[in-house]
Amino acid sequence: MNRKNIHSDPKAYQTLADQVSPNSKMAQMLLRSFWVGGVICVLGQGLTDIGRLVLKLPSSAASTFASIVLVFLTALLTGIGIFDKIGQYAGAGSFVPISGFANAMVSPALEFRREGLVLGLAAKLFTIAGPVLVYGIGASVIVGLLYAIIRW
Amino acid sequence: MSNKRIGMQTINLPSKPYIIGNAAIVGKKEGEGPLGEHFDKVIEDEMNGQESFELAEKSLYLEAIDTCLQKAGIQADSIQFLLGGDLLNQIITASYAARDLAVPFIGLYGACSTMSESLGLGSMLVDGGHASHVLCAASSHFCTAERQYRFPLEFGSQRTPTAQWTVTGAGATLISSAPGRHPLARVVQISFGRVVDLGIKDANNMGAAMAPAAADTLCALFRDTKTTAKDYDLILTGDLGKVGHDLLLKLMQEHGMPLDDQHYTDCGLEIFDRESQDMHAGGSGCGCSAAVFNGFYLPLMAQGKYRRLVLMATGALMSPTSSQQGESIPSIAHAIVLETPKEGA
Amino acid sequence: MDILMYLKAFVVGGLLCVIGEVLVVKTKLTPARILVIYILTGVVLSAAGLYGPLADFAGAGATVPLTGFGHALSKGVIMAVQELGFLGAFTGGLTATAGGISAAVFFGTLVALCFKPKAKG
Repeated sequence: MNRKNIHSDPKAYQTLADQVSPNSKMAQMLLRSFWVGGVICVLGQGLTDIGRLVLKLPSSAASTFASIVLVFLTALLTGIGIFDKIGQYAGAGSFVPISGFANAMVSPALEFRREGLVLGLAAKLFTIAGPVLVYGIGASVIVGLLYAIIRW
Repeated sequence: MSNKRIGMQTINLPSKPYIIGNAAIVGKKEGEGPLGEHFDKVIEDEMNGQESFELAEKSLYLEAIDTCLQKAGIQADSIQFLLGGDLLNQIITASYAARDLAVPFIGLYGACSTMSESLGLGSMLVDGGHASHVLCAASSHFCTAERQYRFPLEFGSQRTPTAQWTVTGAGATLISSAPGRHPLARVVQISFGRVVDLGIKDANNMGAAMAPAAADTLCALFRDTKTTAKDYDLILTGDLGKVGHDLLLKLMQEHGMPLDDQHYTDCGLEIFDRESQDMHAGGSGCGCSAAVFNGFYLPLMAQGKYRRLVLMATGALMSPTSSQQGESIPSIAHAIVLETPKEGA
Repeated sequence: MDILMYLKAFVVGGLLCVIGEVLVVKTKLTPARILVIYILTGVVLSAAGLYGPLADFAGAGATVPLTGFGHALSKGVIMAVQELGFLGAFTGGLTATAGGISAAVFFGTLVALCFKPKAKG
């Protein structure tokens, strides 16, 4: 028995499925992610300036200050159930900035709290953000080692 | 034996078991949809007074069963089998609900095809004389499915236009060898489906993944029983949604067994108003066909508005593990042919 | 504080997000993968000396998107290597980004303890 004969051609079917499936409204999605992403960065710029000019922080500390405040705001908006609506509207506009990183940590922690404080909340904190840290830190160590070898 | 099988895939039920009880309990969003008034109960919030979404789903499942028994006027201890399932790992909703019911339980997993899978097997148990009362139930819950299959609820991700919305709802059907007080329908034939996979991998496009399985089973039913779409008042698929619905029309056309748009619809398209409720491609989940079939179509069959109806719930048989390992989505569909109990209708 | 800086932050930050959106729609990559791609891109571009000028030009427009997180890792590790040699390769990245990570862990835990997940709708 030809096992394949209950299937027709997957390639042809994929083409048919693509024809029938509605496309994302590209222009609208790009515009939304542009303005929301832009606004979050402007907020970051404002916070950096507050750090620099009001709190008299050095510039790298000022941008850390901005990150911390943005992370706090995202965590709060995630907790009260607003951030997912922003995400649905803005897509990459809200997950590409540091707010996306914070939301990626808070949302699974919140969701899996029922499964306990250790293997639920604490472990799930890193389900989405963990890979980001692993590859980010890993890459930075490689950069550091290469740089150290060049200098040596 | 000979009169109980037709062709390759279809089973004939000479005794035509009766459906004598039905119930559908749904969530708030489903209650706000076009079929809202037809459901037995609409819960106010997704937790339904429970401590977790999983427990909430179990409570929906139990409420559907209780309501079904009450409406049929049957005591729980006369139920000889409970057949059912849901979408969660190890079908915990159905198993934990069965723990509370203390009746022999056959747990089933057919993803979103569970309602037809359980109806098919339940009718066979009754037709075979192995039971006089069999209860079938299936459920899904948006929040439990979302956290198992996709992202946490509060994660800000975008839904694509082909994505479907998991229905929060449960449905229960009581099958019996006797007509009881109010027979709703009779089960005549069943075509159990084969697993079909045409290589779709996009978990946000379940309709496209499942349409070939629906087409395969429907063709088998038509071939085995020598019928065409015209022989049925309505063909009702489970949760193909807009994309799968359109693909099934195209596939059946290609197979030379065209469906008539007037006599074919999908529960996933019926349960929500896709435009005003922002539902993208429509509803999905075991609860989708379970609630729409039990809440809306069974009463219409009892009235004789539909004389012959095919319920064909479809299921996507992947798991998060298989998706992460890059596997495509295998799918299945089971078709149940039902007749109105009204004589001469 | 100058207005032009805000305009630049808006445009550059917005564009970085638009690139992410194009990736989402065209490649169907999950947000998690896109975040990983962004942070790696940031680390590499920064190490190549390309991201620094962008950060000087656009301020938060370049540092707030996740590529900026990668940039901070790279910048931190290079400074630490200058100070400590090989050891710096292992301390610089996390030291530079400690604020953001600790904040996310701390506030994440706090919020998870204080709030309950809500159904969408």
